[in-house]
Amino acid sequence: MATDTRALTSTGHGSVEHSPLGGLAHDARGGISNPILGMILFICSEVMFFSGLFAAYFSVRASYANWPKISADAGLNEHFNLHAEPFYALGLTIILVISSFTCQMGVSAIRRDDRTGLTRAIGVTLVLGIVFLIGQAYDYATLGFGLSDTPFGTTFYTLTGFHGAHVFGGAVMLSVILYRGLAGQFSSRHHDAVEAVSLYWHFVDVVWIALFSTLYIL
Amino acid sequence: MATTTLTPAASAYRTGLYEWLTTTDHKRIGILYIVNSFIFFFIGGLFALGVRTELAQPGLQFVHDELLYNQLFTMHGTVMIFLFIIPMLVGFGNYVAPLQIGAPDMAFPRINALSFWMLPLAGVLLLMGFLTGGAAQAGWTSYSPLAQDRPLSSTGPGEDLWIMALTLIGTSSILGGINFLVTIFKMRAPGMTMFRMPILVWTVLVTSVLVVMATPVLTSALIMLFIDRNYGGHFFDPGGPNGGGGSAILWQNVFWFYSHPAVYIMVLPAMGMISEILPVFSRKPLFGYKAFVFATAGIGALGFSVWAHHMFTTGQVFLPFFSLMTFLIAVPTGVKMFNWIFTLFRGKLTFSTPLLFALGFLSMFLIGGINGAFSAAVPVDFALQDTYWVVAHLHYVLFGGSVFGVMAGLYYWFPKMTGRMLNETLGKIQFVLMFVGFNLTFFPMHQLGLAGMPRRIADYASDAGWNDLNLAATIGGFTIAASTLPLIWNVFSSLRAGKPAGDDPWEANTLEWATSSPPPPYNFDHLPEIRSERPLFDLRHGRTVVH
Ligand code: HEM
Ligand SMILES: [Cu+2]
Repeated sequence: MATDTRALTSTGHGSVEHSPLGGLAHDARGGISNPILGMILFICSEVMFFSGLFAAYFSVRASYANWPKISADAGLNEHFNLHAEPFYALGLTIILVISSFTCQMGVSAIRRDDRTGLTRAIGVTLVLGIVFLIGQAYDYATLGFGLSDTPFGTTFYTLTGFHGAHVFGGAVMLSVILYRGLAGQFSSRHHDAVEAVSLYWHFVDVVWIALFSTLYIL
Repeated sequence: MATTTLTPAASAYRTGLYEWLTTTDHKRIGILYIVNSFIFFFIGGLFALGVRTELAQPGLQFVHDELLYNQLFTMHGTVMIFLFIIPMLVGFGNYVAPLQIGAPDMAFPRINALSFWMLPLAGVLLLMGFLTGGAAQAGWTSYSPLAQDRPLSSTGPGEDLWIMALTLIGTSSILGGINFLVTIFKMRAPGMTMFRMPILVWTVLVTSVLVVMATPVLTSALIMLFIDRNYGGHFFDPGGPNGGGGSAILWQNVFWFYSHPAVYIMVLPAMGMISEILPVFSRKPLFGYKAFVFATAGIGALGFSVWAHHMFTTGQVFLPFFSLMTFLIAVPTGVKMFNWIFTLFRGKLTFSTPLLFALGFLSMFLIGGINGAFSAAVPVDFALQDTYWVVAHLHYVLFGGSVFGVMAGLYYWFPKMTGRMLNETLGKIQFVLMFVGFNLTFFPMHQLGLAGMPRRIADYASDAGWNDLNLAATIGGFTIAASTLPLIWNVFSSLRAGKPAGDDPWEANTLEWATSSPPPPYNFDHLPEIRSERPLFDLRHGRTVVH
């Protein structure tokens, strides 16, 4: 994940700029830059990836009348009833939503050429992301059911687990941005990487909101 | 003004092995893709010969073990689709598309290299199954519960290696698709508007959209299958030792949601290639450029709404809708047929090898489309599903279509890639052998299917009446294998001593012929002005002012 982004964001222009046609290729077309367009398309593919998982979830769910209490074991069914206590997950949701705002604050800071503002905001975002991951790990440890406990357990851990993996990937990207920001590599004119990573972070946030609504409310 | 004056002085390539392994140049990566795909074509072909040898006669005389037979056809299908035809077309796209839009390289050269190198790695993973107790054997479709890890199904690591290899290949495709899209949207030369792009570039564009939207869904399915097999998940396993509770039909839905669009990933760029070739060898512009573009986009869009035609007999899908949508796809496909035929009509035809293979594509793909339409009719499909009819259909589109298109493209662009022409006589020998062998192999499969022979069987009763047709198909299979010998000979002898090609041996229309053969790093020093979709034609006929 991290290497991908770094390549997407920092090497995208490389050879083009050194080429005899560098000027031509850029044309007067303007519009969004290559790395940002690349990131948007990558997010499209990620949306389809999660669509596959969500489709599986709803398809399995639709085949049970008493979802999620589908186990023969009454104790497990108690644990499955996430709707009864959504508050912990709601806390995680709030953390992630706040981190989206701080991330965007970092973007607007660098647009104003405010490098300290950028690193500060990205630092906070990274910490919030890590807090989310730790919170999720703690949640997993205390939920009382496992991946192989009925299709509910399987879908729950697969969906939230892959989301967690994406948060982790996003956190790695944020670390790279933080590192490069501290090294003074960004300016109001050169910060495609920041824009691209912030898009990714918002995407991860939106997936979580969809997950939370599906698993705890719907 | 002659095109040669547009050529940059000398190419500054270094050609050591190290340079090839570390290259980020789209032309070299394109060639790496093509060579790698040919290697897997031969491996997949060997598996096919194994299958045909076993089926030549009733009885088990070659593989002795039905499980090994299962591995052979599974690996044959998987290798041919995921390691041969898809990457082969990506290779041609990689080489030609940036040149045709006047770009110096792909948008993300290093990611381009990464996408390529995932493929040999995935191939090794996939084939390693043979050494670790048996490769995957659930068919290239890997249906559950056959693909689950339990007695009488796919025990052992072969299936898991299959999953990992496909995930890797899928990731490679997605990164490649993004790369193509950004390149095509952002790197076109001045004057190269969307509707002046060569048709090949259009087909690469639509294919890349399909890759970016469909392949991740396959990735999700593969991951769910992996969880089922290794961590006791319950996505697809309806019963069995794990307790089950999943849905086998769910796998089919998710798998075909990818794999139907994937058949267009396997054929659209080949259509693009012959759409470059037919105009050049009939000395006419492509008939109905815009209609072709819209038909391509239409096929891409409709392609997402027909996946369940692979699931008619499950009784779990809404038959009228999926049948109707499938028939609808014949409309844009028919439009393209008209485009091609009217391009040829009254043209000044030169029957060089590229045109022969392109005509092979036209005729064979037409048959593949017609026998596909039979299967789109629900009642007919109930009789034909899982018989050799389907095997005939899929080879008429994949081999008769895509492979013939690839061969046409190889003879057409080899001079650009290497600076040397391929030998015409050897090319014609290869074409005749391949065309005859192909029809001898796959035409009888229609009758076998109608006679009720199921696919994926290692043995059949000697009194079923299938003996002669199977023998014919096997002889045809070996004829196809023989047809690759003149090809290999041709490639190696021409690399050494082929006729020098010059910049534009075919008097072609598109920008790749406006630079040297092979082109220098970053492709062009100067570009002709682009005023239509045929800038070189304009240049030859003085319709363009060169500044
Ligand atoms: C030398 C040429 C070829 C021969 C003789 C050949 C032969 C066969 C045969 C006999 C089968 C049916 C096996 C069975 O159902 O038991 C088969 C299946 C298949 N072939 Fe080929 N084939 C050739 C080339 C190709 C090519 C070029 C492609 C694709 C680009 C391809 C794709 C497939 C696929 C997808 C299957 C289905 C595998 C499955 O059932 O899982 N084949 N082939
Ligand atoms: Cu289909």
